Amino acid sequence: MSYFSDIYNGIKTLLTGMTVTGNYFIHARKGTLTQQYPDNRDTLKMFDRFRGEVVMPHDDQNEHRCTGCQKCEIACPNGSIEIVWDRGIDETTGKKKKKIDKHIYHLGMCTMCGLCIEACPTDAIVWAQNYENSVYDRKYLTRVLNQPGSKVKAGIED
Amino acid sequence: MMNIPLNITKTIHDWLFSIMPEGVASITEMVIIAIVYLALFAVAGLYLVLLERKVAAWFQLRLGPNRVGPFGLFQTMADALKLVSKELTSTDRIDKFLYNLAPYFVIVTALVALSVFPFSKQFQAFDINIGVFFLISISSIGVIGILLGGWSSNNKYALIGAMRSGLQTISYELSVGLSILTMVLLTGSLQLSEIIEVQRTGGWLILQGHIPAVIAFMIFMIAGTAETNRAPFDLVEAESELGAGFHTEYSGMKFAYFFLAEFINMFIIASIAVVLFFGGWLSPFGITEGITWFPEVIWFMIKVLMIIILMMWFRWTFPRLRVDQLLTLEWKYLLPINLVNIVVMAIIIWLNWTI
Repeated sequence: MSYFSDIYNGIKTLLTGMTVTGNYFIHARKGTLTQQYPDNRDTLKMFDRFRGEVVMPHDDQNEHRCTGCQKCEIACPNGSIEIVWDRGIDETTGKKKKKIDKHIYHLGMCTMCGLCIEACPTDAIVWAQNYENSVYDRKYLTRVLNQPGSKVKAGIED
Repeated sequence: MMNIPLNITKTIHDWLFSIMPEGVASITEMVIIAIVYLALFAVAGLYLVLLERKVAAWFQLRLGPNRVGPFGLFQTMADALKLVSKELTSTDRIDKFLYNLAPYFVIVTALVALSVFPFSKQFQAFDINIGVFFLISISSIGVIGILLGGWSSNNKYALIGAMRSGLQTISYELSVGLSILTMVLLTGSLQLSEIIEVQRTGGWLILQGHIPAVIAFMIFMIAGTAETNRAPFDLVEAESELGAGFHTEYSGMKFAYFFLAEFINMFIIASIAVVLFFGGWLSPFGITEGITWFPEVIWFMIKVLMIIILMMWFRWTFPRLRVDQLLTLEWKYLLPINLVNIVVMAIIIWLNWTI
């Protein structure tokens, strides 16, 4: 007699579903997720998973972690990243070594897929959580990620 | 015929009959009542739309409309204004006459059904002795409008939506009718005001009829939701499959008629439920029984609002049914249960086991 157990299970599962949404309904005041954006512009903080743009963090000695390995440039499916690199003399070993001159990032071409960040072996580039990315001219969308005069942090490659 | 509880109606009634011959006066009176009802329920429909949007927002932990006016109270007014000002477009090679006729079928049947409800003891436009029968028959006409709209649009999606609507309404009409009949067995009258009078002494019908009444109520709510073409039975519109179903090709005010009719139909289903199961305008436990100035409309409206929120709860909880699931639910489950339920109810009344 699966007929009656079907009816019983049907009613039971429907009531389970209604309890879940009913709970939401009762706690709607407290749990509202809506951000009323232009009004709360000063206090709005984006959550950690939000992908605003790719940035390269620098510490206070103006040092970044990018070794210029170009893995991000290869990983990028639509060519948003260009690395202009050079060879310089490493001070400790005295050998010639690759270093970046400019890490160029085209925000206008980026699809926020995150493959470059996954590919980076030294965690030199990360996601930023800024969300107001509109500009009046597209030349502002081409950004140089490493700050002028910065250099790679010692011991990153080890 | 017309007795709105405020004392002015009596004055207007007497005044009209004093200045005009009798025939003209009664026609004028009917026109006035029609205008009052139209105005009342157009506004009520708009606020039901707003309530739906607010309730939907709360179920989904959002805020809902809150920009136009305080707490967004004028949002639907603004929407209606926008719809009135829009162009009435149509597709190539439509059946012009039927295309223009369809929305009126839907909205007129919805508004006509409202006339028989006793909103309070004296607030009832049309108290006929076959009220329940009238309601069942008038609510079946609305589907003609939907079928015509889908057929005349010259659009495949609209046609599929309309055909689904026909299938759905014809199937679920049976369950609505039979569950109402179960309750009519208990009251012994088809007149809506009489049904409420029965409940004044014996308690609300859902208590009087206990188990079969509760089953009838559940079946009525399921079938009633299907009858109004609301989710989870919104195969007719099915945004993800058919665009907007039968009203894909309608724009502006004609679309607004379809939209408004859906909400007025919801109000009607809720009103039938309130009259047949929850005592209409009677107060719970008779707490305002002795107070003569108390407007009983308030009790009716509170109960209707509860049922409407229950229907919205259904809408924002359950996923849409497939066509075969829809028909299985009706013909294999609701209908047999309903038929057995009627027999059980008859036996209970025969053995005098009602409370």
